Amino acid sequence: MKALTLPLGALLAGVFVVAALVSLVWTPWDVTALAVRDKLQGPSLAHWFGTDQLGRDILSMVMAGARISISVAVVAVGVGMVFGVPLGLLAAARRGTWVDELVMRFNDLVFAFPALLVAILITAVFGPGALNAILAIGIFNIPVFARLTRGAALSLWQREFLMAARVAGKGPLRISAEHILPNIAALLIVQGTIQFSLGILAEAGLAYVGLGAQPPTPSWGRMLADAQTLIALAPHVALFPGLAIVLTVLGLNLMGDGLRDALDPRLKERRR
Amino acid sequence: MSGLLQVSGLSVTIGALPVLRDVSFDVAPGEILGLIGESGSGKSMTALALMDLLPPRARRSGSLRLEGTELTALTEARMCGLRGRDIAMVFQEPMTALNPVLCIGDQVAETVRLHTGASRAEARARAAEVLERVGLPPAEFPLSRYPHELSGGQRQRVVIAMAIALRPKLLICDEPTTALDVTTQARIVALLRRLVAEDGMGMIFITHDLGLVAGLADHVCIMRGGEIVERGPTAPLFREMRHPYTRALAEASEHVPARKPAGAGAPLLEIRDLVRRYAGAPGPAVDRVSFTLRRGENLGLVGESGCGKSTLTRALLGLEATQGGSIRFDGAEIPAGAPVPRAVRQRMQVVFQDPYGSFNPRHRVERLVAEPFHLLDRPPKGRARRARVAEALESVGLSAADASKYIHEFSGGQRQRIAIARALVIRPDLIILDEAVSALDVSIRAQVLDLLAELSGRFGMSYLFISHDLGVVRAITDRVMVMRAGRIVEEGATEALFRAPEHPYTRELLAATPSLATALA
Amino acid sequence: MARYLALRLAILAGTLFAASVVIFLALEVIPGDAAAFMLGLNAQPDTVAALRAELGLDQPALWRYLGWIGGALQGDFGLSYTYKVPVAELIGDRLWVSLPLTLYALALSTAIALPVGILAAARRGGPADITVMGATQLGIAVPNFWFAMMLVALFAISLRWFSAGGFPGWADPLAALKALTLPAVALALPQASILARVMRSALIECLGEDYIRTARAKGLTRGQALRRHALRNALIPVLTILGMQFSFLIAGAIIIENVFFLPGLGRLVFQGITQRDLMVVKNVALLLVFAVTLVTFLVDLAYAAADPRLRTRR
Repeated sequence: MKALTLPLGALLAGVFVVAALVSLVWTPWDVTALAVRDKLQGPSLAHWFGTDQLGRDILSMVMAGARISISVAVVAVGVGMVFGVPLGLLAAARRGTWVDELVMRFNDLVFAFPALLVAILITAVFGPGALNAILAIGIFNIPVFARLTRGAALSLWQREFLMAARVAGKGPLRISAEHILPNIAALLIVQGTIQFSLGILAEAGLAYVGLGAQPPTPSWGRMLADAQTLIALAPHVALFPGLAIVLTVLGLNLMGDGLRDALDPRLKERRR
Repeated sequence: MSGLLQVSGLSVTIGALPVLRDVSFDVAPGEILGLIGESGSGKSMTALALMDLLPPRARRSGSLRLEGTELTALTEARMCGLRGRDIAMVFQEPMTALNPVLCIGDQVAETVRLHTGASRAEARARAAEVLERVGLPPAEFPLSRYPHELSGGQRQRVVIAMAIALRPKLLICDEPTTALDVTTQARIVALLRRLVAEDGMGMIFITHDLGLVAGLADHVCIMRGGEIVERGPTAPLFREMRHPYTRALAEASEHVPARKPAGAGAPLLEIRDLVRRYAGAPGPAVDRVSFTLRRGENLGLVGESGCGKSTLTRALLGLEATQGGSIRFDGAEIPAGAPVPRAVRQRMQVVFQDPYGSFNPRHRVERLVAEPFHLLDRPPKGRARRARVAEALESVGLSAADASKYIHEFSGGQRQRIAIARALVIRPDLIILDEAVSALDVSIRAQVLDLLAELSGRFGMSYLFISHDLGVVRAITDRVMVMRAGRIVEEGATEALFRAPEHPYTRELLAATPSLATALA
Repeated sequence: MARYLALRLAILAGTLFAASVVIFLALEVIPGDAAAFMLGLNAQPDTVAALRAELGLDQPALWRYLGWIGGALQGDFGLSYTYKVPVAELIGDRLWVSLPLTLYALALSTAIALPVGILAAARRGGPADITVMGATQLGIAVPNFWFAMMLVALFAISLRWFSAGGFPGWADPLAALKALTLPAVALALPQASILARVMRSALIECLGEDYIRTARAKGLTRGQALRRHALRNALIPVLTILGMQFSFLIAGAIIIENVFFLPGLGRLVFQGITQRDLMVVKNVALLLVFAVTLVTFLVDLAYAAADPRLRTRR
């Protein structure tokens, strides 16, 4: 059961990554072509997932929607890591000083703004768009990685092998790169997977309330918003994009759990 | 049958792995039985088997009779009624054995309430009495104290209070003093001895320390690899030592490596009035410490935890700033607060205590050992680097092929050898050994001490040997300093100081240190 | 204890101050002329000038900031440009939907998650544990607004047990609670999944601690050791997550209000965005930040209550 978590998760998430990539060159139907005559059809051989209120093929829309969801979430994780990890390393290397305090207070400040609020502020000024979602989720990810990195690095700084590195004349920068980063990489990968899945959920939420990607770009959250008024009439329109979100997030979470088990040296030691 | 506890044919397996094989012994009321062994000998497993608190996958067989009652036949519910009332246990780690979020009064009172149905007030009154009995009078240590507000020794007294609150018939102590300082250890052992005498309970005292058990137990069992290899009344057993393992253990625990005493070389390290003060601390951690270490000399520094010896080490290594005094290394003066220059760092290395935490688990041995090359102006590269690492590994008794392995492939003793190789690799003039053998079993410790003695002879290095263990310091140093509360209270040639200590604290330390020879004398 | 409290209060105040500056900069300085922004591209210059005067935009930024915060501290949030009523009044009305909804969801989530997490930890590896782990894994993956839509499809449209949306007001408290039930469930279940998993793993961690062995050696049964010793220690990490969940719930509530057409802060702020009513957006944002930081502060206090080590440290 435990051994299956990682492959199963990777398979689930992989399906949607592949779907997103394929949609770049091919989708079963054109997602921009409207065919109002064919609107709200149930699943059939021609339209596996049926059609929406404008007669667009839902399977094609789900494939194309994967593109926006996945890229927003990936970039947001990247933003979080690129800014958060160095901040955390810096704070830990300068633990107990004003630098550390400043990083911590910055974390507190960013944590006071839920991603949705950031998106609201950006949208209020610049108008809606996919970039808002990336910024909002990415900003939220920064303190997540900063805190995680700082905590893990702090406990490493107490270890004797870092003392030995200092006796060998190595400075904080070198020690952070040579000793700390490789030892927290596993932790960061696992957290990255989790933030990836949270990013998918957050992007869907933002798109649903109109703060994410704008039509005609297909996105899962937007599709659900459109499907909402039709739920009594054609529940399948709401079903498939929702399932796509659930399965992608589930896959990523399973992957995260599997990676944690595979990479956590604590668990490995115990098994030995 | 006058016995209190009869253990016969006790075996424990975890999965398919046997951890205890056919262990049998008796304990009479008022008797102290010592269980001795190195790590992995099965001594702690024996205690957990008696308590029926083995890890989930462990299976036990054999017979355990407490006053005629067969314990292995009891249900879990009956066992719960017995634990804490008839059989109680004291654990090794007082820092983690207590619940951090409950006050000590409640934790002691819990034993009472659980088994007697006493009211909250009665149980607390009882807890106060028991705490008084173990040396924590409520006037000084109110019941409302939390564990983190107490020292290690005080916490161990609380654990003991919980165990003896209901005057159990049998008390099992699993390395109860291993985590404590020697003077604290002496007080805790005296307390346990008094409690046994007053209550007439039987006690099983588990330890790795032969000297300690020889001065305490009536009977001893020597364990190795899950079996009892020798047993008998304490004094005759240690006088005769029939089993070779007992002899080996006794020899290792008092081992003195062969070495030539150092001649009086030129001063290498001179410390004058060194001060290290932490912001917010009431007094300095290192308080005007002065000493001189000569070339080729082994200098010992002994003291109990918190005396400032580790702070002093870090200050010497340039890992912490100093606030006063000076360090002079081979004539080069380093004023207080100034960073220790590279030229000096190249000539000093360190070996730490923890053989598990001293290495980056993600690097191979070659990279680990080569780390101090960073200090050199022209670090060796490629083949030259490999050759120097191989040489260092071979000089500590490992092979050049070990360079490509990861650290988890080595045992604790081997890791400590690798730590020594790492210190050796840049041929320093001084190696600081910070509790470098304290985490090792006695037989491994003896081997590492031999290695250290041999290396200092071969390379003409000086050691600053820091330890809480007086026996080890006596075995390997030429001169010794005794540190207390940040200050050096006594200093002198090792043998002379051990024979005729002058400072009362040195005397107290020496008196508290258990020794097999003294115990049998 | 007093020092800990003072420190936490200082951090609360500092965070709030910094956050208000960020909001002010984002909404009033970065867009340039807020009046022109609010009126859109086709506005007449004299209307823009009039609005600028009305909003006091001709004053320096620092002055305006102080005026805003000074007013906010006295409960005066200015006038909504589109509704022409005090923003405080608007927020006050909407708060009576959003706040009860959030608290309702928090209560539900906690009431479900803690017992479930404890059960799973106590029966670790058993069928109950495996079921809980599977169900929560799924629960975490479900977006709350989609879950809300599915709830509407099932309970409002098919079964007709609940209405599909709207809010009758607090005149009839029972009807109001009933209207909030589906939204609260939709908000609570995904959060409960996370909380249950945290509870489980924290408890399992604590059950492996030395003091549990000590407790068992005293004669406590496995269950007694879990209840009296492990549980309180396990609550410390659970508190952290509970505090973070509040901020997720606030954000979630804003989204969920859209599914159920609830007249809460979420609806207000989205209308504010569409109508470019910066007065509304600015003050709702401030209120949300205030709520999140206040909860963080309360969690810090709860920490101190749960962990005696915090009370004496520092």
